[in-house]
Amino acid sequence: MKIVVCIKQVPATSEAKIDPETKRIVREGLKAIMNPFDIYAVEEGIQLRDKFGGEVIVLSMGPEKALLSLREAISLGADRAILLSDKAFGGSDTWATSYTLAKAIDKIGDVDLVICGKQAIDGDTAQVGPGIAAHLDWVQATYVMRVEDADSKSIKVKRMHEDGYDICEMDFPAVITVLKDINIPRVPTLKGCLASLKIEIPVWTHADIGAAIEKIGLDGSPTRVVKTAPPPPRNIITQRIEGSPQDCARQLVRELRIRSIL
Amino acid sequence: MIISDRTDKSKYSNVWVVAELLSGKIQPVTHELLGAARSLAAMRSSQVWAVVMGSGIAEQTHSLFAFGADKVIVVDDIRLSGFIDEIEASIMVRLIEKYKPEILIGAATARGRALIPRIAVKTNCGLTADCTELGIDPENGDLLQTRPAFGGNIMATIRCSNHRPQMATVRPRVMKALEPDFSRSGEIIRENVQDSDALKIKRIVEIFHSDQATVNLGDAQIIIAGGRGVKGPAGFEILRKFAAEVGGAVGASRAAVDAGWIPYSYQVGQTGQTVQTKVYIACGISGQIQHLVGMQSCEVIIAIDKNPDTPMMQIADIAVVGDLFEVIPEIITNLASN
Repeated sequence: MKIVVCIKQVPATSEAKIDPETKRIVREGLKAIMNPFDIYAVEEGIQLRDKFGGEVIVLSMGPEKALLSLREAISLGADRAILLSDKAFGGSDTWATSYTLAKAIDKIGDVDLVICGKQAIDGDTAQVGPGIAAHLDWVQATYVMRVEDADSKSIKVKRMHEDGYDICEMDFPAVITVLKDINIPRVPTLKGCLASLKIEIPVWTHADIGAAIEKIGLDGSPTRVVKTAPPPPRNIITQRIEGSPQDCARQLVRELRIRSIL
Repeated sequence: MIISDRTDKSKYSNVWVVAELLSGKIQPVTHELLGAARSLAAMRSSQVWAVVMGSGIAEQTHSLFAFGADKVIVVDDIRLSGFIDEIEASIMVRLIEKYKPEILIGAATARGRALIPRIAVKTNCGLTADCTELGIDPENGDLLQTRPAFGGNIMATIRCSNHRPQMATVRPRVMKALEPDFSRSGEIIRENVQDSDALKIKRIVEIFHSDQATVNLGDAQIIIAGGRGVKGPAGFEILRKFAAEVGGAVGASRAAVDAGWIPYSYQVGQTGQTVQTKVYIACGISGQIQHLVGMQSCEVIIAIDKNPDTPMMQIADIAVVGDLFEVIPEIITNLASN
């Protein structure tokens, strides 16, 4: 089974602090981490390889520092990694990003399965996984909570829906996006860490993957961000309720009624 | 498959809503989207069309007119009884090529977030996820799509000037449905599934409908969420009683999920669900950043905690200092006696 896991490097909100004025998170100066959902995608790739043979290739599009996240995936047990990095990729929206990743998957060749995290925590769109499947014209399953079975030709997965779940079977090649409860990610081994330091990670440009210049980066992106603004700040004054449990409950219920919440 | 890169915009008109179905039933979010579509169509002097894909759905279409649709495209086929992304996307691409809508909106649900991106790529169109506001630029008629990014820390306004249709998804409970007018009616257009739609598709082996398996926090008006302070599965029973009393849903922090007190599908936060409910009541949740990004866009946040100094107690609109095991039963008694 030839598996490509797509990962994204994102700012680490866990390091963030709350601005006392706006009560919003301060984004500046955050360190970069592998998108939390993608760690589960890497783990699932490794588990499938260990069960069915084959290899796991981690793929990321981003600046040079994204190599760190690719090395992290190697330390967990991925076989090799490829970075897509090119000034021409800058400003890509989800259409252009999924096009670029799809072109790289094409170039890797003979891929059976692409695994992505459900969504990235910075953009939160969940659009790149299905976007890759659409560009490649492959079958897709999103919100996958378990891989039920697989063989050399197909995979059977359990998908989560709002009203339950379903189990579906797909012939390869296919794309899946995974939820957090699909597995318990391992920690890196010493051997893995050493391998991650030594491994050569090729950096591919748009020319390397044969991507059409008019379909990548800002020019290839149908959407444009025309304005960004901080959201309206949360309340500045927190109303505090203290006292006996009875008093607290009475005050809270009264407050909820005054605010027409109940 | 691919429509031209830069579309002749003058050929595209009307606002489409892709109906959201669960277990074969049209979901309320569809009515909310129709409400949003009506105001967009008014600004564009165009019509609202709904597209329903499913099996045995004919009887449900009248509600779509009542909630604002002028025309409804119905694709009713046994092959659409389960959610097969590939078929539905292929149908939509054909319908878009045929009828040329100017704007297309869908629900930001598990189904919508799988289907709409596939349609957007296949039609060469931009797509904005999870919009909280949709408007029309008075100067050029473009759709202005506003969405939160980075866990609600930035509001970005996005447009898609050169491609049609302009596509957006919207979460449940973000837009408002109009008062239904059951005297309204309109034209029903029947379309079929073509064999070419079903060439490369998944096979659905089993479908489980279960309230227990997953929980749709997006549909709730009030969420009662528990964290480490709930101390165990028994603590969540108290929260469930509270939720039942106010007609809300139960949620949880990652700490409670990781401890095994409640399934992952209840988790709110960065690696769980992002919620924008009217009221969020955090019980014994300290409020780590990863949790806050998943709920800070709720309208009213109430925190109940013994410790008055947690981040959650700082960002809350109302902070109740007290032991949740003592306070919540009192709240329930208080509500029940009123």
